[in-house]
Amino acid sequence: MFPTPIAKTSRTWQISYQALLPVMLIIWLLPLIAVANFSIKPESDFVNGNYWGIPSSFEAFSNYGRVFFESNMPRYLWNSLFITIPTVIGAVALSAMAGFALGVYKFKGNLLLFFIFIAGNFVPFQILMVPVRDLTLSLNLYDTKTGLVLFHIAFQTGFCTLFMRNFIRALPFPLIEAARVEGIAEWRIFLFVVLPLMKPALAALAVLIFTFIWNDYFWAVVLTQGPDAQPVTAGITEFNSQYRAAYHLMSAGSIVAALPPVAMFFLMQKHFIAGLTLGAVK
Amino acid sequence: MSVSPAVPSTRASRPQRGWYKRNEIAITPWLFLLPAMIFFAVYVIIPIGQSFWISLHEWDGLGEKTWVGTANYERLLGWGDANVDRKFSVSFWNNLKWLVLYLLAIPAGLFIALFLNQTVTGIRFYKSMFFFPFVISQVVVGLVFSWFYLPREGLLNAILGFFGAGPINVLGDPTLATYGIIAAGLWPQTAYCMILYLTGLNAVDPEQVEAARLDGAKGPKMLWYVILPQLKPATFIAFVVTIIGALRSFDLISVMTNGGPFGSTRVLSFYMFEESLSEFGFRMGYGAAIAVILFFIMLGFITYFLYAMYQDEKGAR
Repeated sequence: MFPTPIAKTSRTWQISYQALLPVMLIIWLLPLIAVANFSIKPESDFVNGNYWGIPSSFEAFSNYGRVFFESNMPRYLWNSLFITIPTVIGAVALSAMAGFALGVYKFKGNLLLFFIFIAGNFVPFQILMVPVRDLTLSLNLYDTKTGLVLFHIAFQTGFCTLFMRNFIRALPFPLIEAARVEGIAEWRIFLFVVLPLMKPALAALAVLIFTFIWNDYFWAVVLTQGPDAQPVTAGITEFNSQYRAAYHLMSAGSIVAALPPVAMFFLMQKHFIAGLTLGAVK
Repeated sequence: MSVSPAVPSTRASRPQRGWYKRNEIAITPWLFLLPAMIFFAVYVIIPIGQSFWISLHEWDGLGEKTWVGTANYERLLGWGDANVDRKFSVSFWNNLKWLVLYLLAIPAGLFIALFLNQTVTGIRFYKSMFFFPFVISQVVVGLVFSWFYLPREGLLNAILGFFGAGPINVLGDPTLATYGIIAAGLWPQTAYCMILYLTGLNAVDPEQVEAARLDGAKGPKMLWYVILPQLKPATFIAFVVTIIGALRSFDLISVMTNGGPFGSTRVLSFYMFEESLSEFGFRMGYGAAIAVILFFIMLGFITYFLYAMYQDEKGAR
C-alpha cells in the first residue's frame, strides 16, 4: 500500500493526520459551507453585514419553505424528474442491446461501429446544437420534455454502449456458448443469460446517467425555454432573477436543485464509482 | 478473450427451418444494434455533417439559407482582407488557458488521493465528502463560486482581508475573471481525478511496493518509479475526461459571467452559442463555423484517445 499505512508511522504523524483530515475537508468544502450558511440566515443578516458569521436566527424552514411554496421550483424539479427518468431507462435499454451485439458477436464492422459510438461521445456539443435544435423544432418538440429526452437518450447511448460492451466482454463467454448448444434463441440468451449478469453495470450506468442528465444545462437552454419543460438547472436562473440579490433564498434554491444527484450518490456510492471509472480501473 | 464462431445448432439436421432461424447469428446483432444506431445517427452523426453544411451558409434559422462558401471562416480567421474576429481570438486563447490550467486537476487529484489513501476510522466518509463536489451540477458550482467571489458578501474577500490583502472583485476584473472561473471548474474536476486515482491506488500491487521498499525506495522516488506506472490507466482516463471537460466548458461561464466583463471570459463553446442564439439575432451559419473549428481542435484529441484505445483492443485479442 502506498503511501505507508498510517498505522506503521510515528505516533505524532498519526495524531496530526487525524487532525488534518477534518481541517482539509472544511477548506475543501468552504464555498459550499458558506452557501449552506447563507441558506439558513434571515434576510436581516444581509442588511446588517453579517455575511459569514453565525446566523442571528435559524430561518431554514422559512427560506426553504419559500423555495417550495412561493416559486416555480417544484415545477422545475418535476420537469427534471420527468426528463431524467425516461432518459435513464431509454439510454440503458438501448445501450444494453447495442453492447450485447458488439460484445458477443463477431461481424464485419464491429470494431468500427464501436469506435463510432465512442467518438460521438467525445464530440463537442456545439457542433450538434444548430441541427439538433432545428430537428427538434421541425418535429414540433421544441420546448417539450420529449424533445430533450430523445436527444439525451441518443447522446448518452454512445457512452453507455462503450461501458456495456466492455462489461459484456468480460463475462464468461462459455456461458453463452452453452446456451446456444441448448438451442436457445439469441434474444432469449440476451434476456435470460446475459441481462441478469449485467445488473452491476445497469445499476452503475443508471446512477451515472441520472446525475449527468439532471445536471445538464446546455441542452436545457438550447431546447426548452419556459417553466413548462425546463429542468431545474435552467429554472434556477429564472428563480434567481425573481429573487435578485436575496442571497438567503437563492442559496436555498441552489441547494434544493443540487440535492437529488447528491442523494443518489450517497445512496448508491459503490455503483456510482464503478461507473465513473468506466469499469476500466478495477 | 476469444470470440468463437457460432456453435452449430443441435437441430441442424432438420431440413425446414425459417430464413431467420438459419441466419440467426448473422442477423441478431444488427437487430440489437438497430435502435441505438438510428438514435445515434439521427441525433449525433448526421448533425455533425449538417453543421459543416450550415457553416457554409448565412442563415437566421428560419428563412432560406444563403450560400456564402467559406466567407464565415474567412471572417473568423481573418483570411484575405478581413481582420481576425477579435471575439474569436479572445475565445480561442481562453480555450487554451482552460486546456492548460484544467490539467492541474490531475496532479491535484493525485495529491488528494494519496492523502486519503489510508485506513483510519471514518475515512470512507472523508473520501465521499471530498468527492461530492463532482456530483453537484455545474450551474450550482458556478453560483456557489460567484457568491464566494462576491466583493462585499463573498467569503474569499473576508479571508483575504484577514490576511491583510485588499478586496478583489474576481469576476468583475477582465484579467482575473477567466482564472476565477477555471478555479471553480477545477473544484469538481479535481474530485473526479481523485476518485479515479483512489480506485487506481487500490489496485496497485502490494508486493511490488514491498519489494521496492526493501530496495530502499520511498517518498517521491517510489511514487514516480513504482506507483505512477501502475496508475497509467487511471491517468489516461483522467486525461481524457479533463480535456473533454475543458473544451466543453460552458455552464460555468454562462452562469458566472455570461461571457463578461467586456467579453473577456468567452470561450469558443460559449461564443458559438452566443452567435447562434443571442438576442442580437440568430447567426446560425457563423455559429456553426465556430463549432466546426472547435470540433477540429477536439478531433486531434479524439484521434489520440481512439488510437490509444485501439492499441488496448488489439492487445486484448
